[in-house]
Amino acid sequence: MRIAYYPGCTLKLTAQNLEAAALASLRALGLVVEELPRWNCCGAVASLAEDDLLHQVAPVRDLVRAAERGADRLLTLCAPCYNTLARANRLMAEDEEKRKTINLFMEEEPDYAGQVKVVHLLDFLRDDLGFEALATKVVRPLTGLKVAPYYGCMLLRPKRVAIEEHPTLLHRLLAALGAETVDFPAMTDCCGAYQILGHEAMALDASAAILRSATRRGAQALVTSCPLCDYNLGARQPDLRDRHGDLPELPVYYFTQLLALALGCAPEALRLDLSPPGCRRLLAERGAIAAAT
Amino acid sequence: MSTNATVENLVPIFIMGKRYEVPETFTIMKAMEHTGYKFLRGCGCRGGVCGACSAVYRKAGDYHIRSGLACQTVVEPDMYLAQLPFYPALRQVYDYATTEAAAAAVFALYPELFRCVACNACTKICPMEVQVMDYVAALKRGDILQAAEQSFDCIQCGLCASRCMGELPQYHIAQVARRLAGGKLKPRAQHLADMLAAIQTGRFGDALADLRRADKDRLRTLYEQRELEPEMTGEEWRPQATVGL
Repeated sequence: MRIAYYPGCTLKLTAQNLEAAALASLRALGLVVEELPRWNCCGAVASLAEDDLLHQVAPVRDLVRAAERGADRLLTLCAPCYNTLARANRLMAEDEEKRKTINLFMEEEPDYAGQVKVVHLLDFLRDDLGFEALATKVVRPLTGLKVAPYYGCMLLRPKRVAIEEHPTLLHRLLAALGAETVDFPAMTDCCGAYQILGHEAMALDASAAILRSATRRGAQALVTSCPLCDYNLGARQPDLRDRHGDLPELPVYYFTQLLALALGCAPEALRLDLSPPGCRRLLAERGAIAAAT
Repeated sequence: MSTNATVENLVPIFIMGKRYEVPETFTIMKAMEHTGYKFLRGCGCRGGVCGACSAVYRKAGDYHIRSGLACQTVVEPDMYLAQLPFYPALRQVYDYATTEAAAAAVFALYPELFRCVACNACTKICPMEVQVMDYVAALKRGDILQAAEQSFDCIQCGLCASRCMGELPQYHIAQVARRLAGGKLKPRAQHLADMLAAIQTGRFGDALADLRRADKDRLRTLYEQRELEPEMTGEEWRPQATVGL
């Protein structure tokens, strides 16, 4: 069983906190993963046009890279990368005609037929460690912290690439870390995604509805696995509160940051310098980290 | 000496669709000149270094487009070819001193980076076997150092740009990466700074004045006796001469 790790571009740029915390956590858990020595952008969003095979080339090339390393699984952290790669993989496994066309176009690469399984860190933790075992590794439990597990779209839709049919993995992870999970109706709603560029007000309203839903249920924090959700819900919170003044501040973390914290990783591994200031403040108030870390 | 020069074996080639017979040992460039083409530009160094003479060709019965430097690539029978000495590509002007060696600066100069769909046509055409698509991928994730490293062999012939469906000027982007890496990201060479300082403080003044006074015979002797680094030697090699050092 070989696992190839695919970071994705955003994790090397604006979401370095998602990656740093994940890698520190995996080290703490003794799960060794190796980054692919060669990889390209996954394409960022899956193409929705049935016949747009050109935009399948980028994710398929990454899958080929994993296959040629002898990996049987490709591990992702970023929800959009997971989604894009998993969808391209299904296409290659299931659509013979398109598989032939893509393989012919990419003739400089070995033929690929969907043999590498695309996994996300959440199902990787479930399958390779298990949440009960994870709970035993927690040295700094998040006792009393009320966290809203926000799944968004990319881990669950479309159903054929969902990491699970009904969203439970973030709940189970947070419970294993000792946190109190806060169920909220908007946990699988869309944050507005890329509409933040073209239809800003609409996206801000979509994100505000999610934050409102979580805070109404008493959440003190929200976790995501998606850099775009993190941007819309977290980095853009000041703009969002300009439009929705009654909305209280809600720290938005990558789930890997709370994982690393609970596993006793060095606070620097959380890269809170890349998160909105409220994220550090909440943890400092709880005494989980020093105020200046 | 015999005046009957040996007639070399001739092979048929097609230059821009027209059939010619040329000696089989000729390069594409020589073959084209042999058939009457005259290169005023687009022939550069003729030594496989400058990248001015890129050529594209197909072999008989093969759909692949191939490439090579016209001055280096030997003709093959039934080769269909054309020289493509220049391909227009946008080269941005920027102020090096104020340009930060960061992903955002490269993205601002060349936002078309994100039109790459990883089709790999650039890598496949590169006559220097540079992993062009890979360095574009590295730049998209902000890895300027890797892009600089991976594009090091680029001779800026422009064939990558000619094949790009995203209309990227890859070779110009790579040059920005190498300049930023070389001047702003890689460690400074301390020995260079030390030597410059030594020169500026006149450390070699006497030795140079001595050379200026030397007559032709003495210059010849000095030249013939100069110490050369052996072709095969380890990093620990140091010159015996200590003039000025």
